[in-house]
Amino acid sequence: MSELVIQDLQVSVDTEDGPKEILKGVTLTIKDGETHAIMGPNGSGKSTLAYSVAGHPKYTVTGGSVTLGGEDVLAMSVDERARAGLFLAMQYPVEVPGVSVANFLRTAKTAIDGEAPKLRTWVKDVNGVLGNLNLDPTFAQRSVNEGFSGGEKKRHEIAQLELLDPKVAILDETDSGLDIDALKIVSEGVNRFRAQEGKGVLLITHYTRILRYIQPDYVHVFVDGRVAEQGGPELADQLEAEGYDKYVKAAAARA
Amino acid sequence: MTVTDTARESVAASLEQDGVQSHLNPPPSYDLTDHPVPTGREEVWRFTPLKRLRGLLDGEPSAASLRWETELPGGVTLTEVTGDEAVGLGELGPNDRPSALAVAHAGGARLLDVPADLELDEPVVLHLHGESADDLVWGRLVVRIGAHARATVVINHTGSARYSAITTVLVGDGASVNVLTLQDWDDDAVHLGRDAIRVGRDASVRHTAISFGGDLVRLHANVEYAAPGGEAELLGLYFADEGQHLEHRLFADHNAPRTRSNVLYKGALQGEGAHTVWIGNVLIRKVAEGIETYEENRNLVLSDGCQADSVPNLEIETGEIEGAGHASATARFDDEQLFYLRSRGVSEKESRRLVVHGFFNDLIRKVGIPSIEERLLATVEAELAKNVLRDVDA
Ligand SMILES: Nc1ncnc2c1ncn2[C@@H]1O[C@H](COP(=O)(O)OP(=O)(O)OP(=O)(O)O)[C@@H](O)[C@H]1O
Ligand SMILES: [Mg+2]
Repeated sequence: MSELVIQDLQVSVDTEDGPKEILKGVTLTIKDGETHAIMGPNGSGKSTLAYSVAGHPKYTVTGGSVTLGGEDVLAMSVDERARAGLFLAMQYPVEVPGVSVANFLRTAKTAIDGEAPKLRTWVKDVNGVLGNLNLDPTFAQRSVNEGFSGGEKKRHEIAQLELLDPKVAILDETDSGLDIDALKIVSEGVNRFRAQEGKGVLLITHYTRILRYIQPDYVHVFVDGRVAEQGGPELADQLEAEGYDKYVKAAAARA
Repeated sequence: MTVTDTARESVAASLEQDGVQSHLNPPPSYDLTDHPVPTGREEVWRFTPLKRLRGLLDGEPSAASLRWETELPGGVTLTEVTGDEAVGLGELGPNDRPSALAVAHAGGARLLDVPADLELDEPVVLHLHGESADDLVWGRLVVRIGAHARATVVINHTGSARYSAITTVLVGDGASVNVLTLQDWDDDAVHLGRDAIRVGRDASVRHTAISFGGDLVRLHANVEYAAPGGEAELLGLYFADEGQHLEHRLFADHNAPRTRSNVLYKGALQGEGAHTVWIGNVLIRKVAEGIETYEENRNLVLSDGCQADSVPNLEIETGEIEGAGHASATARFDDEQLFYLRSRGVSEKESRRLVVHGFFNDLIRKVGIPSIEERLLATVEAELAKNVLRDVDA
C-alpha cells in the first residue's frame, strides 16, 4: 500500500511583503501503480507542490493534508519522508562540493535501507545503473552535481531513483533541457522503475514529447495553484494544440 | 541562508619602482626599535585582541624552550647555530615585533639542513611540545633545502606555551619542498609565528598551515623568490571553536619574473566568540612580468556568534602578467544542500557531516602527506562532534 493522497493542500512562501499563497487547495490521489502527469504554465505552482510534498523548509503548509500509505507525510521530517518511500527528482539539482557521487549514493542507500548495502553487489548495481543512463564510470568520483551538464544532472537524478527505489517518485521537469537521445535514456530509466509492482509516479512537465515515452494514466492541468482540469492522456494532446489559455482565463475570472 | 561575499580590493598601481614596499608587509629589520609595541589600531594589528597575547609583545627575555622530538631521515641534520650564522645563511629577517623579539631572545637558532640532491621518501617531523601557558618561549629556526632536493617537513605543535617563533625556509634551485605546520595546541596556548620562504630558481614549495588548537594563534606565511621560475602554493585549514582567535596572514611578494603563487585557505567556525582572520596580500613588482597568482579564502560558519574576517588584497605594479585573481566568501550551511541530501533519506546530522567534510575535502587532498590527510579527516570529525552533530538527533 503506497497510495499518495494530497487533499486540499494550501501552501505559502514568505516574501518581503509577508506570506504569499501559492497552492490554493490541491487535491490529487496517486494510487498504487499509477502514473500522473501535471502540466501547467510557468509559475503556476508545480514545483511548489513537489517541494511541499518533499518537505522543503521554504514552504509553509497552511492547510490540507498529504498521506502516503495512510501515514501523515506532513508530520515527517524531510529525511523521514524519503525513508517512508517518497522521492523527488528536482528541477534544479543542487551542487554539493567535495562529496563524491559514490559516497553520496552509498550514504543515501544506507539511510533508506537502514543498513549498508553489500559491497560487492552494490558496486555492480551502481555501475549498472550509471551505464544504463549512459554515464561514464568515472562519474561516481565527481562531486555531486558540481560541473555536471544540465542533462547529466537529470540523468543523475534518475540514477538515484533507480538505486533508492522509492514507492512514489515525483519528477519535476526531468525532461527539460534533454536532447532527444537523453530523453529516451531517462524515460527508459523511469519505465524500468514503473515496471515494478505498485510504483507511483507524478510527472511534472511542459512537453507532451516525454509522454510519448512515459504513458500517463491521468493528466492534470495545473493553473494558479490548483488543479483546473483532469483527464486521460488525450488531455495532453489537447493542451499541446490549444495551450492553457482557457484555463488561465477561467482562473483569472475566479480571482 | 546568509552569504556575505567580501572581495575587497585595493590596487595601488602607481607605486614607485624602487624601494616599493607593501603597506601590509614592511621590509625586514633586525633593529627592535623599528618594531614598536603596537596599540592595536594599526592596520596589521586591528583584528588581533592584543590583551590575549598575555604580554608576548612586551618582549621579556626567557630561556624557556619547547620540548623538541624529531624524526630525521638519513642525511638530514638539525644543529644549533648562532644568530650571526643564521643571518649569514640568508635568514629572512623579522618584519614585525613578535618575530623581532624572537630573534632578540631566542639565543641563537636551530638549523634544519636537507642537503642538495637528497630525495626523501619519509617526512622530517619536528614535534614541538609546550608544558604550560605560563612558559614564555622564543623560537628561531632556519630550514635549508639544498638545490634539487625533495623533502617534506612537518612541524607539529602540541601542549601549551606563550610562543613566538620566526622561521625561515630557504628553498634551493630546482628543489621541491612540502612544509606543514600543525597547530594542535591546548586551549590556553598563545602562538605568534612568522614563516617566510625564499623560493629558488624553478623550485617549488607548498606551505600548509593547519590550526585547530590554542586560545590565540596568529601566523604569517610569506613567500618571495630568489630567481625566476619559482612556484609556491600556500594552503591553510582552520577550525575555530568557542572563544578561539585564529589569524592567518599571507604575503606573496612577486619580486621575480615568471613566478607563481596560489593561495587556498579554508576555515570553519563554531561556538560563541569563535573568530578567524584571513589577510591575503599579493604584491606584483615591476620586474615580475609573466607571473601568475590566485588567492582564495572560504569560511563556513556553523553556528551563531562567530566572526570570520577575510580580506584579499592585491598590489600591482606591472600590467605584464599572466593572471591575478582572488576570491573570498563566508557562508552558513547551505539550506539547499542540506535539503537535497535529506530528501535522499540522509539524516540531518549525516547531511551536515557530509557538507563539512565536502567543504574541506579538496583542500585536504592537496596536502600531499597521507598520514596528515588521514589525521585531518579524523580531526574534522572530532570538531564536528563538539557542536554541529551534538544537538541534532540522528
Ligand atoms: N520566495 C518567493 N517569493 C515570492 N514568490 C515566490 C517565492 N518562491 C516562489 N514564488 C512564486 O511562486 C510561484 C510558483 O512557483 P513554482 O516554482 O512552483 O512554479 P512552477 O509551476 O514550477 O513554474 P515553472 O514551470 O517555471 O517551473 C511563482 O510565481 C513564483 O514566483
Ligand atoms: Mg517548476
